Amino acid sequence: MSNLLTLITFLPLIGALILVAFLRGSDAMAQLNAKRLALLVTTATFLLSLAVLSGFDPSNPDFQFVEEGEWMAGLTYKMGIDGLSLPFVMLTTFMFPLTIYASWGVETRVKEYMACFLLLETLILGVFTSLDLILFYLFFEGGLIPMFLIIGVWGGKDRVYAAFKFFLYTLFGSLVMLIAMLYMYWDAGTTDIVALLNHQFSYEGIDLLGWHIVGGAQTLMWLAFFASFAVKLPMWPFHTWLPDAHVQAPTAGSVILAAILLKLGGYGFLRFSLPMFPVASEIMTNFVFFLSVVAIIYTSLVALMQEDMKKLIAYSSVAHMGFVTMGIFAANQQSIDGAIFQMISHGFISGALFLCVGVIYDRMHTREIAAYGGLVNRMPVYAAVMMLFTLANVGLPGTSGFVGEFLTLVGTYQTSTWTAFGAATGVVLSAAYALWLYRRVLFGDLIKESLKSITDLNAREVTVFVPLVVMTILLGVYPSLATDLFGPTVEALVENVHSAIAQAAGPLQLAGR
Amino acid sequence: MSGDYALVLPEIIMAVGAMALLMLGAFGGEERQTGRLVWASAALMAGLGVWIAAGGGSAGAAFGGDFVVDGFSRFAKVLILLSSALVLLLGEGYLARRGILRFEYPILILLATLGMMMMVSAGGLISLYMGLELQSLALYVIAAFNRESPRSTEAGLKYFVLGALSSGLLLYGASLIYGYTGSTRFEVIAGVIEAEGVSLGLTFGLVFLCAAMAFKISAAPFHMWTPDVYEGSPTPVTFFFATAPKVAAAGLFARVLFDGFGHAVAEWQQVLIFLAIASMFLGAIAAIGQSNLKRLMAYSSIGHMGFALVGLAAGTEAGAQSLLIYLAIYVVMNLGVFAFILAMERDGRPVVAIADLAGLARVRPGHALAVAVLMFSLAGLPPMVGFFAKFFVFKAAVDAGLAPLALAGAVASVIGAYYYMNIVRVMYLTDPGRPLELRLGLLQNATIGVSALIMGLGWLPFLGGLGVPEMALGAAQALLR
Repeated sequence: MSNLLTLITFLPLIGALILVAFLRGSDAMAQLNAKRLALLVTTATFLLSLAVLSGFDPSNPDFQFVEEGEWMAGLTYKMGIDGLSLPFVMLTTFMFPLTIYASWGVETRVKEYMACFLLLETLILGVFTSLDLILFYLFFEGGLIPMFLIIGVWGGKDRVYAAFKFFLYTLFGSLVMLIAMLYMYWDAGTTDIVALLNHQFSYEGIDLLGWHIVGGAQTLMWLAFFASFAVKLPMWPFHTWLPDAHVQAPTAGSVILAAILLKLGGYGFLRFSLPMFPVASEIMTNFVFFLSVVAIIYTSLVALMQEDMKKLIAYSSVAHMGFVTMGIFAANQQSIDGAIFQMISHGFISGALFLCVGVIYDRMHTREIAAYGGLVNRMPVYAAVMMLFTLANVGLPGTSGFVGEFLTLVGTYQTSTWTAFGAATGVVLSAAYALWLYRRVLFGDLIKESLKSITDLNAREVTVFVPLVVMTILLGVYPSLATDLFGPTVEALVENVHSAIAQAAGPLQLAGR
Repeated sequence: MSGDYALVLPEIIMAVGAMALLMLGAFGGEERQTGRLVWASAALMAGLGVWIAAGGGSAGAAFGGDFVVDGFSRFAKVLILLSSALVLLLGEGYLARRGILRFEYPILILLATLGMMMMVSAGGLISLYMGLELQSLALYVIAAFNRESPRSTEAGLKYFVLGALSSGLLLYGASLIYGYTGSTRFEVIAGVIEAEGVSLGLTFGLVFLCAAMAFKISAAPFHMWTPDVYEGSPTPVTFFFATAPKVAAAGLFARVLFDGFGHAVAEWQQVLIFLAIASMFLGAIAAIGQSNLKRLMAYSSIGHMGFALVGLAAGTEAGAQSLLIYLAIYVVMNLGVFAFILAMERDGRPVVAIADLAGLARVRPGHALAVAVLMFSLAGLPPMVGFFAKFFVFKAAVDAGLAPLALAGAVASVIGAYYYMNIVRVMYLTDPGRPLELRLGLLQNATIGVSALIMGLGWLPFLGGLGVPEMALGAAQALLR
């Protein structure tokens, strides 16, 4: 089928429209129907994406399943996937049914809640499948609206503040990117991403307002895209919206935010910054390394001191994204493989961790670490699940968390020993905060009165966790399941980047580098 | 000569229709009849709009080139006629409930619309002035239509005094242009400029003309009247101000600049860039502090006209196309938003404070969703269609080498996004206060629903933009022929 990607992308939107238009009433039956419909649609989307996976030829680094057509007024509608985007498409379609099922307990404005999530899925899938700059921007930026509502309507106490902070931070980042996109269009005369990947943007140094800019236009555009992706990812010091958003968002919102939305930034770096502005990326490598190492060490330390479980995991996400940026800009096969792997595995692990927090939050209505202790006595299954994901978060060999961290560290070591050294310190720190959290929540004596009647995971929660447990271990012991998918594409990408940098080496040295 | 009359047939029908309905209203004597007059006027305008949209009537120039019918004027006329008809019908109930639905109301709207049709067909300075004044005089009167209300009277008077000033500017500019080119017809003026270049006196005339037209579309710094007039006028009149007259004035602006001064782009481009930047930022910043929806929409319209002028400032075919797309999208958004504002009531009295929307999402989830979509669209957030309105004008500006202008526009749109989002916040994230009553009939609901649907989903790939971009392209080509 030639329109498979369009179908996958827009299927959730159709579900959302049906929800809004045809589902009436707010009694228990209507609520259940809304949940069922959402689950049905997201599951169907996942099954369709399996068809893409089976039809995808991993050895071919080009775009596949390409669809192209007129959009309007000279704009093109173009979709396609390659090894870089397919893992993210799969991650998205995989995570959404789980989060919907995990939200079975939501009772306020269920219809709108489900419609928001379905709309969000369409927009996220659109980001990964679009091959046109404007189409990409449309989806990339559009995700703000449902996320704003999810945080703002179903969030915690300070939800309005968090929603606006999230919104304005990311909107500002995207705006700068839009200007760079308009410039790219003006320079290259096309908005086709495939054509832009082959377009050479000028890297001759320019003087602007008395500053000499090495790498010229490429550097400026790199910075503009960086403004957007670094906020989305988020990188230190642009991360401050994330803990607020996470703490205030409902559980499922946090899961989607951590598991998928953060990956938009990493995907953006891989799709735009690195291949389109290779020279600027080369110039900025040390800058990114610096920010990444600071993110890994600093946010790990901050995570140590958190008293709110969600905040702790949010900071740990920032630290893990530090490995991703470091890996991407080290720009060799291992490091980029590792970065992508890290993003996918972090999707499962952080999503699962937020679900773990959600499980006890649903029971006790608090996320204060100090309010818990000794849960293992009453919740053995929960303790086992949480143990697995805590260790995976730390990067224990045998879990998927290890592969990503290890590959990025190996890859980065080839480029910059000190960066790898600094980042490795972060691994130790992550063990510290994650295990300490586990000890404080699960171990010890069950002395708190309120916890004495807490119940273990129910069947629905077990159903949600099983696929995540399977994926975490499967990717941990058999990583080439994922790396085979994107390996050839990454190889082609690395080759292109290096040849572009080699070509530019002469002029750059002249520019006084 | 008879061919000339064939070209102005729609205008003749409008004029004769207005006169006939006026007689009916004056001598019919029955209060009840007013409702019928409203429907007859709306039917007249809608019928003509559909007829023109379907390709009725011929194209060409009449009366020695003073009156032009081409793709551009058709596009604008369809937009003007259909939106006027809808505004007239949507406002009827509101006025009737307040006891101020008099038979002059539909007649004045008809006459104003006739003026607008003249404006977008103007082929020379005389017909331009004629159309503009016919429209303006009718608008002055309906601004003060609620004569029992001091605010409405103030609005009418203020609009009249400032409007007269701008007409003075226009006439002064027109006289200079006539003096330096020897003609009032755009074709001849363009010919003179092509042959002899732009003299200093002509530049002066052009600047005066631009100032007067900036007043009509309420572009900063000629916007001062807008918030007060919007706030003081009865809401259906505000509704009218925000839609058709903006299209007509922007269309006229484009007509003059492209037809008359198409060879002097460099002269007017700077003026327009200034107007655009000033309006975009003023509209974005001044709206933040507003608590009254009508004033907010006034600043919003100032901002939107700034964005529309970005397309005009590009001075290219793509620019004219983006201007028309912008106007079409702007009108559809405003139709939805104002249809909703008209319906807002509490204890039988109209309310227009933003705070009155508190918690609407709990009480009326469907309407809140529609208004939220419209707000996102007004803010220009993708994937709403409002984003494309802005995107196309920015693209035209960048293509024309005006990247800094597009940059300024992007910054202004982020600032502006805040206050639209604020409305969404009030609706979704606050607790409902005293319940808001919504007086919504079938027509109101349909307008809000359809406009939100178009804004929310009009971008979907298989819709092809609903054909609007192609029509706008045809119109733009006619303008730059």
